Amino acid sequence: MDNNQNNDLKSASSSNGDFPGQTYELPGGGIIISSFTDIVNWARSNSLWPLTFATSCCGIEMMSVASSKYDFSRFGFEVARATPRQADVIIIAGTIVNKMAPVLKRLYDQMADPKYVIAMGACAISGGPFFYNTYSVVKGADHVIPVDVYIPGCPPRPEALLHALITLQQKIKSGLTREQIRAENLQP
Amino acid sequence: MTNEELKQHITAALPAAVFDETGEWLNVQVEANAWKHFAQWLRNGQLNMDYLFCLTCIDWSATPTGKNLLTMVYHFTSTSARHTIVVKVKLDRSKPEIETVSDIWRTAEFHEREVFELFGVQFLHHPDLRRLILTDDFEGYPLRKDFEDPVNMIKL
Repeated sequence: MDNNQNNDLKSASSSNGDFPGQTYELPGGGIIISSFTDIVNWARSNSLWPLTFATSCCGIEMMSVASSKYDFSRFGFEVARATPRQADVIIIAGTIVNKMAPVLKRLYDQMADPKYVIAMGACAISGGPFFYNTYSVVKGADHVIPVDVYIPGCPPRPEALLHALITLQQKIKSGLTREQIRAENLQP
Repeated sequence: MTNEELKQHITAALPAAVFDETGEWLNVQVEANAWKHFAQWLRNGQLNMDYLFCLTCIDWSATPTGKNLLTMVYHFTSTSARHTIVVKVKLDRSKPEIETVSDIWRTAEFHEREVFELFGVQFLHHPDLRRLILTDDFEGYPLRKDFEDPVNMIKL
């Protein structure tokens, strides 16, 4: 587990190494052979700006990951944006209650494509270890919006969130997202 | 003031008051019809209870002795004398009604609205007794022990 995480960290931090394509050095310049989609996905995955959105204690861990000790901007999660229109990824850090669900949906709808969702912690995955048997709690944020990566924990360690962010990057690099697949199917 | 002094003052003002000193603070039990007058005395009398720092309700219906019992709980402290008491008022669970104290402690206005929507306690003469947090179409009182919501809750 630890070794895997270290490998992930290493491969992501040297992101120039995993450029998708071949480069041929020629006198006076060079030629890159790749597919356009791969390059777009590679670029996207290395510049994902999260939305400043936290509904409970997982938000404190998320802030910790944003701060200098863990610092997710090392991996391209450069700066948390306070508006959904400038954000690429929403980290659901905390419990979603029934009254918050329409707000989350609206934030997600306001984000520009392509957009990604990470469900952080037990509450965002399933309603949580404390409040699940309640009239007020949504039993998992994926009842409201589609989720790309789930992180278990209460709250997850900052390393776990970093691992999830890197997993999301690998997911993007590996191909189309759910939304992109859906959009392709819509076209005749 | 010590608890003994508080008890003397309270007994002089309301002879029917019942005391319980098992908790951290002096507990005073008051009848619902004597509550409003007693509350005004707490605020304006010698005790000078100018700070209502907790207002809540307890549903005892899950216990053998409390089948038809709700208890209003008020925590008061005096910012000048630094003494604290807890006042408890028993209510009939089938028709819970109590006088509001929002005209004495303004903070009670919101807290009584919260107890109203979560426990169904009617606060008489409250200036604005609307729901505070729940949606307008919510049915039932979710913090009552017999509240059932088959969609969102499982029975344990």
